[in-house]
Amino acid sequence: MNSSQATLLTLAIALSLAARPASAAARDELLADYAVTAKKNNPAFAGFSAARGGVFHRKSFAGGKPDTPACTSCHADDPRAAGRTPAGKAIDAVAVSVSPTRYVDPAKVEKWFRRNCQDVLGRECSAQEKGDWLSYMLSR
Amino acid sequence: MTIPYRPIAFGLFALAFAALLFERAQAGGSHFFPPVSDPVVREECGSCHLAYAPSMLPARSWQRMAGDLKNHFGDDASVDTATTARITDYLVANAADTGGRRHGGKLLRGVPAADAPLRITELPRWVKEHREVPARDWKEARSKANCLACHRGAERGDYDD
Repeated sequence: MNSSQATLLTLAIALSLAARPASAAARDELLADYAVTAKKNNPAFAGFSAARGGVFHRKSFAGGKPDTPACTSCHADDPRAAGRTPAGKAIDAVAVSVSPTRYVDPAKVEKWFRRNCQDVLGRECSAQEKGDWLSYMLSR
Repeated sequence: MTIPYRPIAFGLFALAFAALLFERAQAGGSHFFPPVSDPVVREECGSCHLAYAPSMLPARSWQRMAGDLKNHFGDDASVDTATTARITDYLVANAADTGGRRHGGKLLRGVPAADAPLRITELPRWVKEHREVPARDWKEARSKANCLACHRGAERGDYDD
């Protein structure tokens, strides 16, 4: 490769990086953080699974509040559809394809995992559960 | 020179009357409650339910509510200290007995000064205004907290219908 080709290649890489939206980078970073914790908690951890996240999204738990046994108690079964809070307010779809501004602020994501996991499971969600669920929403 | 008292008096009277009408119209026949304008308050208080207008409760109620967000009608709505302070300041400054008096003053009728009610739907005035709402409408709205189910303009502060 001559020098002008190298320059072109560098330029192309820089452009493709720049073209990647900051929101995607922020989500990748969040997922990477969850992966570090998941690996720490379980050395056998081998990556997140959107399929597992989908099952988690629809699973009913007994540990939380009786009126919110599942994610789907408020969020729609289909992540691309809008949900509804117990107070009747509409919740934007949780799938990134429909709500592209979601999951870019890690503090906000953590705030809602903290609240909602407590309401649904009666405990914090593990890093693996969060990563799986998030992967599912990013894939939808 | 003679001063035309009568026309002046008449003019002033007309002006005062117009001002009175204008104020009533501005207050939307007392069914206008300015919506939350602070973006942080709107986000934190408007995720699960409509961000209720601060002029719907007195300052003491907002203080009491913001002081126990961990037990917010059965939910943990707690936020960090700085955010809690910002929310409290905003609600207290625009409450029914402070900055929002012009809009929410009437809602406080029948509320003892020593009481700090937490539910807007338990204010005597609210109960009176909604006494004719049929049960099927409540069922459809799912919750009395769901103003928007019937008041389509609630997010803009309009509770006329």
